[in-house]
Amino acid sequence: MSHSAVDPHAATTATPAFESWGRYPKYDAKIVPLNWQSDFPGVMAGLRGGALPVGLGRSYGDVCLLNHGNLLQTTGMDRLLDFDSETGVLTAEAGVSLAKVLDFAVPRGYFLPVTPGTKYVTLGGAIANDIHGKNHEAAGSFGNHIPSFELVRSDGSRRLCSPTENSEWYTATIGGMGLTGVITWAQLRLRPIVSRKIDYKGIQFHGIDEFLDLKQRFPNMEYTVSWVDCASTGRNFARGIFMLGEHSKEPGELKPSPEPKLVFPFDMPGFALNHTTVSLFNSIFFHKQRKPHVRKVLDYEPFFYPLDAVLHWNRMYGKRGLVQFQYAIPWQHAKEGTIAILREIAKSGLASFLAVLKAFGEIPSLGMMSFPQAGIMLALDFPIKPDLTFPLLQRLGEMTREFGGRLYPAKDAAMTPAQFQAFYPQWEKFTKFRDPRLNSSFWERVTGGESIL
Amino acid sequence: MSTLATQPAAAAIAANPNARIAKKILVLGATSGIAEATCRIWAAEGAQLFLVARNAEKLAAVAADLKLRGASYVGTAVADLDETDKHAELLTHAVNSLTGMDIAYLAHGILGDQARGEQEFQHAAQVIYTNFLAPVSLLTWLANYCVQRHAGVIAVLSSVAGERGRKSIYIYGSSKAGLTTFLGGLRNRVDREGVTVITIKPGPVDTAMTAHMKIKKADVHKVAASIVKAIDKRMDTLYVPSIFQPIMFIVRHIPERIFKRLNL
Repeated sequence: MSHSAVDPHAATTATPAFESWGRYPKYDAKIVPLNWQSDFPGVMAGLRGGALPVGLGRSYGDVCLLNHGNLLQTTGMDRLLDFDSETGVLTAEAGVSLAKVLDFAVPRGYFLPVTPGTKYVTLGGAIANDIHGKNHEAAGSFGNHIPSFELVRSDGSRRLCSPTENSEWYTATIGGMGLTGVITWAQLRLRPIVSRKIDYKGIQFHGIDEFLDLKQRFPNMEYTVSWVDCASTGRNFARGIFMLGEHSKEPGELKPSPEPKLVFPFDMPGFALNHTTVSLFNSIFFHKQRKPHVRKVLDYEPFFYPLDAVLHWNRMYGKRGLVQFQYAIPWQHAKEGTIAILREIAKSGLASFLAVLKAFGEIPSLGMMSFPQAGIMLALDFPIKPDLTFPLLQRLGEMTREFGGRLYPAKDAAMTPAQFQAFYPQWEKFTKFRDPRLNSSFWERVTGGESIL
Repeated sequence: MSTLATQPAAAAIAANPNARIAKKILVLGATSGIAEATCRIWAAEGAQLFLVARNAEKLAAVAADLKLRGASYVGTAVADLDETDKHAELLTHAVNSLTGMDIAYLAHGILGDQARGEQEFQHAAQVIYTNFLAPVSLLTWLANYCVQRHAGVIAVLSSVAGERGRKSIYIYGSSKAGLTTFLGGLRNRVDREGVTVITIKPGPVDTAMTAHMKIKKADVHKVAASIVKAIDKRMDTLYVPSIFQPIMFIVRHIPERIFKRLNL
């Protein structure tokens, strides 16, 4: 198994100044804060090497890293600039976190149009990775709700980008991984709510057929997502819980969320996550829901952000970190592909407990390089066991390619240049929009070698 | 000089009776990291703010943000506070726009470049002018305004760097030492007139001013929360984070014959 794409020396022991959420790979970089919309490209004067705009470092692999480069951290650029209470369009600087957007929006009766599984991402990062949420079938991805933004290039040019103005720059920047320039501010179209509550339903399923049946049975439910047990084989293969939710229509209190109080206090030793502990966790999770059907009303925080309650939960994976694997396989091969990949994962014994299965809907993403496509999406974490995890990821990447799917750059630390270029054949067109001073370790990794297609 | 709000403060209050208790706060150096974080807390309380800063574009972004976060009034003026001959006009306009003033918050200042200041007197003089002489001009006007009304709080950002001269930061430090001493004397004069003077001494805080310093820095939002509380309690002096109170006590009491050999 060739590892040309993965630097074996990447995992240094010292903690670098900026880590991605997976804490792998670990790269040294200089952090250069962008506090004002006018800071870029002025801050580039005197900097050696390339640069990459970054936010809160919640993407998992190296899409938010630049080895020996400069990370332009936008989190100080977090001002709210305008809000239209009639249309729900919020204009804000790109470094504001979605958590702060919620603090502002919820008391005013609005919610994010699309939200990822953590609220600790920036507005700019959400656009740059064209993130998706549990409502992909109903709402598409994040970029579908961005009427306009400003893009600043390292040559000092500033562009107002929208579907009608500078539309090529607009589509290149949505899902453009921060490589087309710095987004200084953006508009976000919020959606109205009358309550913090979510009407929730949880239904147990056994196997992919039952999962697909459930999906058919609830075509109009706004939020759907499934937890799937990737560790079990035999009778329990691909068992899971199908979770559905809708914003409650009963008016309720709209107060902002309290600050989280729990912080995962230390790095767990690497051996603590093994097949036995993970299987045990999965069994407990599956049977925690005692009945095959559960119905309840819960707050949006535990529904959308169960892991945000514990800050730094990634420390559970220890210093070595974790890698994510996330694919989207079109319907044509979605079922057979998902079964084959789940078998391969179960056989490996490396699966961890955070596995998410979901159907992507038909609404096309606006971004040139966006990840979502109609079909089945699976996402899960693997602890890093150097000799086992990466060979498995190579096999899973190849299988994804054979089934016509693609992997998600924001969750990736292992795909090869050949895989990337097959998943995103439009990458060469995208290259024309890249800012010559901007780069990422992900981009170097997946385009550095010659195309071997 | 422009105001962001479409109506003057008085009309804003008439429209919203709850705003009657809203504090009227003048902020000088409103785009400084600590000032902006402090203003976000005041804005969420519905305060009326008048913001002064040098850079129009940055000031506009800060003003828009504070308005959205709940400030009942936001007025702004673009001014270079080194121009002391314009202070009276600027401050008059500010307190007229606010229709009064409960709190004056002086937060402008520059760190300067210690190494450069050691070679170039002009640079050292600039640091001392911006951090000490310009505030003296502002404080003279503001103190007299407050004394006339027997009311008001004047809160000023000094620094722990002003507690003792250290080779790494003594130009900035001496400007803040002068400011701290001036504030002590001013407090001694105006306290009996019902006016509160608060000397705020932050340690290193994580803001744009200290971005290049590779040391442990306090979170700006926590620092801002301490400042708001100190102003509410009308404290005389605030060390923030509070650990700097005992630290600076020790630093002040190290004998000079030892101190002069240390690398601080």
